[in-house]
Amino acid sequence: MLSPEQVVDTYFLEARHMLLEIAALLDRYDAAAARCEGDPANGRATAGAAKLATLREALGILREQAPTRERTVALLELFARV
Amino acid sequence: MQIIQPHYHGIARTAQDYERMAMSGVVAVAEPAFWAGFDRLYPETFIDYFRQISEFEPTRAAQYGIRHFSWVAVNPKEAENPTLTREVLKHFPEFFAKPTVLGVGETGLHKSTKNECDSLEAHVEIAMKHDQLVLIHTPHLADKAHGTKRVLEVLAGMNIDRDRVWIDHVEEQTIRPCLDAGYWVGFTLYPITKCSPRRAVDMLEKYGTERILVNSSADWGPSDPFTLQECILEYRRRGHSLQEAIEVFHNNPCRFLGQNPKFDIKPIRVETLAEAPA
Repeated sequence: MLSPEQVVDTYFLEARHMLLEIAALLDRYDAAAARCEGDPANGRATAGAAKLATLREALGILREQAPTRERTVALLELFARV
Repeated sequence: MQIIQPHYHGIARTAQDYERMAMSGVVAVAEPAFWAGFDRLYPETFIDYFRQISEFEPTRAAQYGIRHFSWVAVNPKEAENPTLTREVLKHFPEFFAKPTVLGVGETGLHKSTKNECDSLEAHVEIAMKHDQLVLIHTPHLADKAHGTKRVLEVLAGMNIDRDRVWIDHVEEQTIRPCLDAGYWVGFTLYPITKCSPRRAVDMLEKYGTERILVNSSADWGPSDPFTLQECILEYRRRGHSLQEAIEVFHNNPCRFLGQNPKFDIKPIRVETLAEAPA
């Protein structure tokens, strides 16, 4: 099994890549929202808005330094609600 | 759709890559000189490498109907040996005379040391003296922003034609200053360590398509030439037309590389043919 240091070394770049993809998704959303400014449909409570809120909530779970249960379990339960 | 892969390290890949690229519409690749995974010690090693990419590799690509072009350079990672760099540079003109060599690249910076900056300057000087194109590598990961800034500083002190210089591996934090300074820029798509196909499309949507080249690099490390096709799919999936895709993934390489007359593939346009009356 891997040591804590090995875990970070082995998966750092992959995690960096995945976080950048999430950052890009949120930037993409903001850019799309800016393009649609003034559209009456914009800002309504839609399924897309609920999914975005779930993603933001998931990011909050990932920020916890000492979670009371596994983060993957918490996220899977969170995503099951969408 | 016809595609040009403007940055591709063919000698590190199998013939199957060429076959699959040909089947997916790739009509040409351009192969910059690259780091071999270890620091070479002898000028002759570079000379044989340049012969490989300028003489042999085109024959391999041709078996699949793909045109193969190349560039010559001492890699930035090997610039800490200035004597070696000087010796190799002396041989560049004989390769500029080859029918498929387009210019000097990939030169650039790795750790942005003084020797690297001196080597970059010497590479750009010889390219400009011989009316060649230039392809500049910018550092990876943590050194990206600083290294790109240093590249721009080195170039700013030189008398160069900026239209003939391509700064590669730009990302979200480095694209703006390179475009604003008048250079061409490249997005290099890697599975993990560089830009992703989706992020590349985000930048195309944000900055437009002028003076932008998209490539997969694809070398001996974890890489995949088909990240380029993934990017095209993503671009089309977001509603951009076939002609718009051709502009980015075929015509822009023609416009930049075509500044060297040896690259004779011309931009193309999709037309619907009217049926002749019966």
